[in-house]
Amino acid sequence: MIGIINYGVGNLTSVKNSLDFLNIPNAVTDRPEEINNFDKIILPGVGAFGAAMEKLNNFGFADKIKNFANAGKPVLGICLGMQLLFDESREYGHHKGLGLIKGRVLPFSEKVKSLPLPQIGWNNITKENASPLLENIEDNSSFYFVHSFYCKPKNQDLVTASSDYGIKFAAVIHEKNIFGCQFHPEKSQSAGLQILKNFNDL
Amino acid sequence: MIKRRLIPVLYIKNGFIVRSEGFSYHHNIGNVIAEAGRYNGWDVDELIYIDISREKNYDLRRDDYNVNSYNSIGAIISEISKVCFMPLTFGGGIRTIDDVSFRIQNGADKVTLNTGAFENPKLITQVAEKYGSQAMVISVDYKIIDGKPVVFTDFGQKNTGKLVYDWTKECENLGAGEIFLNSVDRDGKANGYDTETIGKVVASTKLPVVACGGAGSPEDFVDLAKKTNVSAIAAGNIFHFTELSYPNAKILLKKEGLNFR
Repeated sequence: MIGIINYGVGNLTSVKNSLDFLNIPNAVTDRPEEINNFDKIILPGVGAFGAAMEKLNNFGFADKIKNFANAGKPVLGICLGMQLLFDESREYGHHKGLGLIKGRVLPFSEKVKSLPLPQIGWNNITKENASPLLENIEDNSSFYFVHSFYCKPKNQDLVTASSDYGIKFAAVIHEKNIFGCQFHPEKSQSAGLQILKNFNDL
Repeated sequence: MIKRRLIPVLYIKNGFIVRSEGFSYHHNIGNVIAEAGRYNGWDVDELIYIDISREKNYDLRRDDYNVNSYNSIGAIISEISKVCFMPLTFGGGIRTIDDVSFRIQNGADKVTLNTGAFENPKLITQVAEKYGSQAMVISVDYKIIDGKPVVFTDFGQKNTGKLVYDWTKECENLGAGEIFLNSVDRDGKANGYDTETIGKVVASTKLPVVACGGAGSPEDFVDLAKKTNVSAIAAGNIFHFTELSYPNAKILLKKEGLNFR
């Protein structure tokens, strides 16, 4: 059973709908004390980093998610949810993240001058390192991205797929039981649904 | 590299998808939920829904459609998102941050604000801070007045006297993430896109521009994609009345060497 973390921001409905469509048992929860009932959790995300982190803390989720991950159970962060796994972000100021992945979340605007921001749309990915999350995904497949910030892990080997938007950036990361995708699998048609299926099959 | 998008726009009036012309004539062409399933089958890049109901009264009951009645916009969005595994933008009648939250919680990925943002520009910043600027799409309807594109609000009826470039720049500074540009003059006319204005707006902003209004044939998409740097091309009527027009347009755009998905 996959738990979808509801911390009061972002679009949970589409994540839930895509899991339902795949017949994957799942439940949305806004109760941190329920988190250990799940085998795996998805941390979704549409929204702003600072507000999201504040909500995670206010709901009492931050520590519970860290404990869940540190117990070796699979965690998938999607878009902002992936960024929240990192140490810190510079979206509208400086904000501390969950710190499960070493690294920072940085604005495209410092490096990308000639492209519209945020990046909104379908971009292709390049596989960098093998990951079970990328099973049955063809190299160069397109996924739907919506973001102005990108993740920069300290250890670049964690990047299992990259994408290019003026600069090369992490599209998929994987460290032990922790996974993140910068794109929205729940909004990426069949290739995206395959990613969610792969996470369930772990 | 990022792909350019081709986006069907669906106008909803009292729970029905309608054909729109000149922002005033609306012809019922189908049930909102049945149409969403159809577009999903075509593997579209994205969908934009604009609710143009004057009175917020939704009724999807009709003898020839075997569907239940959905009497709220929340139920409509929620039903659509069960059959949509692509990005979904929802607009129309949004005036407060609560209106925005309601739509996003029901399954919208982005919202598009038009009159509500013009009357209360602070709302743009509120949405950007709460949901990220990528969720904050500014919808700009314009008409050409004395050779210049002027912003119109209130269903394309109220002349604001403000030039499109000035308004989009303000929106960009306030935290908007995308511009959905719609030519009122060309709405439903099928005489091609206003490539001149669209090109100038694209050049005047850092934000991705989605251009709409005037598509009569797939060649109009090619023309716009070649003449301007629009991030996305949107159209309404053409996708409703020509079977397989979406997949066929994609084939044509790719054949022309344009970077579409």
